[in-house]
Amino acid sequence: MNDIIEARGLVKKYGDVVALDGLDLSVPEGTVLGLLGPNGAGKTTAVNILTTLLVPDSGSARVAGADVIESPGEVRKRIGLSGQYAAVDEHLTGFENLDMIGRLYHLGRKRSKSRARELLERFDLAGAADRPAKTYSGGMRRRLDLAGALVAEVPSLFLDGPTTGLDPRSRTELWGTIRDLVSRGTTLLLTTQYMEEADQLADDIVVIDHGREIAHGTADGLKAMVGGERIEVSLQSEASMDDAQRVLARFAVGELHIEGRTVTAPVSGGAQTLTEVLRFLDSEGVKLADVGLRRPTLDDVFLSLTGRVAESENDDPPGNDPSKTTQEAL
Amino acid sequence: MEKISYAFADGFVIAKRNVIKIKRVPEVLVSVLISPIIFVLLFAYVFGSSINIPGGSYREFLISGIFAMTLIFGAVLTGAGLADDMQKGIIDRFRSLPMSRSAVVFGRTASDVIYNVISLIIMTLTGLIVGWRIHNGIGKALLGFGLLLLFAYAFSWIMAYVGLMVPSVEVINNVSFMVIFPLTFIANTFVPSDNLPTPLRIFAEWNPVSAITQAARELFGNIPPGTPDPTVWPLQNAVSYTLIWVVIIIAIFAPLAVRKYKQANTKS
Repeated sequence: MNDIIEARGLVKKYGDVVALDGLDLSVPEGTVLGLLGPNGAGKTTAVNILTTLLVPDSGSARVAGADVIESPGEVRKRIGLSGQYAAVDEHLTGFENLDMIGRLYHLGRKRSKSRARELLERFDLAGAADRPAKTYSGGMRRRLDLAGALVAEVPSLFLDGPTTGLDPRSRTELWGTIRDLVSRGTTLLLTTQYMEEADQLADDIVVIDHGREIAHGTADGLKAMVGGERIEVSLQSEASMDDAQRVLARFAVGELHIEGRTVTAPVSGGAQTLTEVLRFLDSEGVKLADVGLRRPTLDDVFLSLTGRVAESENDDPPGNDPSKTTQEAL
Repeated sequence: MEKISYAFADGFVIAKRNVIKIKRVPEVLVSVLISPIIFVLLFAYVFGSSINIPGGSYREFLISGIFAMTLIFGAVLTGAGLADDMQKGIIDRFRSLPMSRSAVVFGRTASDVIYNVISLIIMTLTGLIVGWRIHNGIGKALLGFGLLLLFAYAFSWIMAYVGLMVPSVEVINNVSFMVIFPLTFIANTFVPSDNLPTPLRIFAEWNPVSAITQAARELFGNIPPGTPDPTVWPLQNAVSYTLIWVVIIIAIFAPLAVRKYKQANTKS
């Protein structure tokens, strides 16, 4: 299959900070690549380079057949971008925003207008079409922004954290919209720090950290790579933490993860193991608030790859967060 | 060829967007409407009460200076508008679109001409109320207004460049006032420059703000009778000297501003 988006050895530095450190990407036609990583991993830098907003220090990239460095103008005709911050003009109405974007894609006066009407209808914004975008809710702005990326019916779309900061309901709605788009054959590169989002939307996932790929595969493939299931135990009191850890460490096939009073252990053997764990915990006198057995999520994948939790909402450089620690299995 | 027609078309689309914003955020328009009135009244009655121009009316002398000063201050809006745009996510959208790279700056300087026209109309009406008159016929007066607008347009390119360089809208007011105050006051705008101390007088004589003021006074017929003819070339040929500045400013600052826009990176 044809790669619509391909990048080779992308490097971008800001002074001493290495944002991208030799990133390769390829997205075959009609598929969705999820670029997954914590804040500061280099996701937005990668998107900015592929959408011609930034020039890489080294490396090369082609989008829909055009070189992003040699012929950025050609690339811009063939891409749609929807960023982390809704890139809409808040003083313009929804219609005026989309009409303006159509004109700037050089669709012509008539086509721009009809396309704007069409998209407002499709994104359930027709009722708000003639209201300034600043009166829109967060979810409506995101939909308008996404509609902006679709105005020209381009072959490749870049969605940079499309649901960051949205409430769960708007997020689910937006996922539906994105799935619908992809079913029409658009090639999509999606960045996200939400495992669930990548799991829901992406055919192929590249996990990056510190500007480098650390894993690559399908959601199922990555989960299988991590393997097994997870036992999650929440304790009633901090006092029995040591006992609980000792018991779980005996059954764990990897590192324990401790967060507050919850201990998570990767295990094999499923329900049978759970029964045994519970028996031991009981005999140690450990009082439980909650217990569960679950299949690994992409969160677990990220955790086992990097030793860190992915879904951090702050912009601090990824690193030592004292409230979240991993511990070697004993 | 296609490139040039797109540059105009895209600049027009951006200008249209800016005009819509003028309607939606009328606060800016209010200041554009009110500050010229305040300037005219303040200078006419405060300075006008104690300054006498032999053989003429100070208010008539003054108005062209106020026209020039107000239009130059108005150019700050161009810089502020661009600085504001550059902080918004919409710029990333623009930069990812196949639009002309000069459209955002061209569109901004074009749409801001509207502010200048409105401001000039308000000042003209206020001026007429306080006793300013046109003495050289409507044709020359229209040339005078045209020249003022042209000069303001050129100056807005300087502010466009400044607006793209500053980190935020707040900074641009401070930066520009430091430049604009000396430029508009060390000139013949409010008092004849003949009596200034020598270094200031020389600056004032070659200052383009003096030239545009002198040119407007000549075209409106507001040079007090009996005023000695200017002794320096820029003021003897005020219209030509102004036009030379207009060309130089645009030739330098339009490419600089467009280049700055291309390089500007909203993301760190």
